[in-house]
Amino acid sequence: MDGARNFEDARAGEQRIRNFNINFGPQHPAAHGVLRLVLELDGEIVERCDPHIGLLHRGTEKLMESRTYLQNLPYFDRLDYVAPMNQEHAWCLAIERLVGVEVPRRASLIRVLYSEIGRILNHLLNVTTQALDVGALTPPLWGFEEREKLMVFYERACGARLHAAYFRPGGVHQDLPPDLIDDIEAWAHEFPKVLDDIEGLLTENRIFKQRNADIGVVTERDIMNWGFSGVMVRGSGLAWDLRRAQPYECYDEFEFLIPVGKNGDCYDRYLCRVAEMRESTKIVLQSVEKLRAAPGDVLSRGKVTPPSRSDMKTSMEALIHHFKLYTEGFHVPEGEVYAAVEAPKGEFGVYLVADGTNKPYRAKLRAPGFLHLQAMDHISKGHQLADVSAIIGTMDVVFGEIDR
Amino acid sequence: MTEALGQLLEQITEKRPDAVARSTIEHGELTVVVAPSVLVGFVEFLRDDPSCQFSTLVDITAVDYPPRDRRFEIVYHLLSMRQNHRVRVKAMLRPSETMPSLVSVHPSANWFEREVFDMFGILFTGHPDLRRILTDYGFRGYPLRKDFPTTGYTEVRYDEELKRVVYEPVSLVQEYRQFDFMSPWEGADHILPDDGKRGGRDGAPPPE
Repeated sequence: MDGARNFEDARAGEQRIRNFNINFGPQHPAAHGVLRLVLELDGEIVERCDPHIGLLHRGTEKLMESRTYLQNLPYFDRLDYVAPMNQEHAWCLAIERLVGVEVPRRASLIRVLYSEIGRILNHLLNVTTQALDVGALTPPLWGFEEREKLMVFYERACGARLHAAYFRPGGVHQDLPPDLIDDIEAWAHEFPKVLDDIEGLLTENRIFKQRNADIGVVTERDIMNWGFSGVMVRGSGLAWDLRRAQPYECYDEFEFLIPVGKNGDCYDRYLCRVAEMRESTKIVLQSVEKLRAAPGDVLSRGKVTPPSRSDMKTSMEALIHHFKLYTEGFHVPEGEVYAAVEAPKGEFGVYLVADGTNKPYRAKLRAPGFLHLQAMDHISKGHQLADVSAIIGTMDVVFGEIDR
Repeated sequence: MTEALGQLLEQITEKRPDAVARSTIEHGELTVVVAPSVLVGFVEFLRDDPSCQFSTLVDITAVDYPPRDRRFEIVYHLLSMRQNHRVRVKAMLRPSETMPSLVSVHPSANWFEREVFDMFGILFTGHPDLRRILTDYGFRGYPLRKDFPTTGYTEVRYDEELKRVVYEPVSLVQEYRQFDFMSPWEGADHILPDDGKRGGRDGAPPPE
């Protein structure tokens, strides 16, 4: 509107346009949950984006302060409910590091196996629903079929399809039956073909590429400034993966590659996620192989874990231990620890402050999506309104973990 | 791992002896305690120093210790992707004091500081937009302080007659159950409820 200040007539009044504010969400299918974005638009270009979060805030951290360590475990399933066990993993690692418990090898392998199943669960949901956001209907239908199979594996291991509560401090709750391991292996051989099919729908799809290539470009500077992790980093060419960089559990003995992108746009992140699913399938196969060679206990026997069923029938001490464990719970020595895992969405961390009692004094949950969404304003600035949904999709936000 | 952290700590204390008040290495993690006034300069040094390169801010949170004079402990977690190490920086704060904001050094501190403000009521000076973030619009109180009840003070429901959401003081059908499972001979400081065998309520001698 240059020059408009110098003269005044009816036409100029009409042309003096004010930026337009719109609300995106909280009820919007492309908001991936309850996200409210206040967007300031100049025509169709996003000038400012102010995410309002907290609509799913349940006060998890406050609730955790009045519950025992074991009672707190199921809260982690309800954070990122797309890949529940990966969150539990961080909690177990934090407790184990403070107490100093050694996890039996078989439990460690089961944890790796289910963490990778969780990663595939998450990426399947993200890749396909992001495709839905940019206009492809078929991928979610195909992807959810595979998710269904994986959730059956969850169910067969722990009895729940979603809220597993399967990883426990000191190991995992129960051993896997042998036929389940066989079925997981059979699935892992089939899965790459399904992935090929999904890729056939998307990778060279003209519309999908137009909507994703060169959209939401993340530079190395952005990564440092905004604290990105996970695929948001790897999509820009930095091979940063906690499973490799700071190995936990027994990831150091697995062979897998870390796929990286080149341009740091939505399309590269999509390619990264698909490649990561293939790598995860490799890890699944390796851990199945290792699990067969490593029979044994799945819980370290001690104060943080329950006694075996047969012990409880014969030993009074075991019975008392069981009762005290499930009422009072175990005590964690005083100290503080930060335990992080490479969750499918990025670095999920738990900062645990223990005061020597049976309840955590303070637990802070560090969700990767919180930081990714924070950069929404920075990344979406200058993009078209329609690209906002593509960017939300590629950031992989889930409000269970962001709002906590 | 611990040796590398020890070396890192030596380098930090050598270059910034004025900043480091206390430091520990526990569970393979380095913790540095600094004064709130030097925090921004110290974190900037950690970011730019070639041997530190803590370029990623992982987390900011606070811990509330009501009995202490410096009641709040603000905890910063930093990560260096290049050097592959982590550090935890802490600062103690009195309830009357404010904390300098880190947004100028790490833009990602923005939402973390908003969250700490929301949950603990700690003010950050120099923050561009210190609003509440996770709690409801118009929420009062600071939920993660230890003196805030878990149940909160208000509850929300949809009123069918008024056709809108109404806020009411919280009313519980039963008392909020805070069980105390600590063994009585392991430091529980409360008095056990009387079962009437030792004198009882009316002060009568125990039945022989």
